[in-house]
Amino acid sequence: MNNLLTTGPFAVGLSHFLTVGAIMFTLGIFGIFLNRKNLIVIMMSIELMLLAVNINLVAFSSFLGDLVGQVFTMLVLTVAAAEAAIGLAIVVVFYRNRRSIEVEDINEMKG
Amino acid sequence: MIVASLAFYLFSIIGVISALNVIFQRNPVHCVLWLILTFFNAAGLFVLLGAEFVAMILVVVYVGAVAVLFLFVVMMLDINIAVMREGFMKYLPAGALIGVILFAELATVYGGWVMSPDAQGLRVVPAPMDLPNTEALGAILYTDYVYLFQSAGLILLVAMIGAIVLTLRRRPGVRKQKISEQVARSASETLSVVKVETGKGLS
Repeated sequence: MNNLLTTGPFAVGLSHFLTVGAIMFTLGIFGIFLNRKNLIVIMMSIELMLLAVNINLVAFSSFLGDLVGQVFTMLVLTVAAAEAAIGLAIVVVFYRNRRSIEVEDINEMKG
Repeated sequence: MIVASLAFYLFSIIGVISALNVIFQRNPVHCVLWLILTFFNAAGLFVLLGAEFVAMILVVVYVGAVAVLFLFVVMMLDINIAVMREGFMKYLPAGALIGVILFAELATVYGGWVMSPDAQGLRVVPAPMDLPNTEALGAILYTDYVYLFQSAGLILLVAMIGAIVLTLRRRPGVRKQKISEQVARSASETLSVVKVETGKGLS
């Protein structure tokens, strides 16, 4: 951790980064609730939540001086990329069959 | 340093504003573009935290691959935007309520956060002071965390195969060149000489 941030006036600490992460996570949840119809925007909201988690992990890793947080961040990135690829493939297949990506139309399995 | 603090506020404020735009924009294409801006600002925050490698990976993987994939899919599907916005106001109060409750809980947890004095001693891999971030990360990623690295690769392989299996389709009735069959043809199974009697013709 460079101590450029933590010294001087307007010093920025761990809690500042955690607050940014919390705001982004909340916005992700909020986006899932708001865009109940559009599957793609819901997936973008999930990406926002994963990004918030990454910000938290990197902030803790940096302020504690432990590198494992950044290794785990890369695992989260991998899983996010895989999730986006599979999810978008499912969206494309669903659109091909039903000509719609509305969440309420997804009731094929009567779950 | 005041410059670093100002950079933090710049990146975080633009990041939060663009995250707001991701969920409030009408057009999904604009949503993706705002999402890209959010990723860039998060990468800026990571650089401020001294995690340069993760920041660059974020730009390359998230912006270069995931966001562009989103952009492809959004542009490929013909989405009726007006229909998609129905019910936006219906879910706004419930979503706002849950968002506020969640943020209050997170703020309570983070507000009372005190780092334990034992935390420094419990570090698994203390960040080396003399190595740059990328070198230090590579030194542990390929040695101590090689199984994690390999399983990340496996996850990507499974995702790739899954996406291909899901989207591959065989359309019947499409005339395509089958080169192996064409090359494997022999004259004996294709040509036949027929003796035709005069005046009868071929039936």
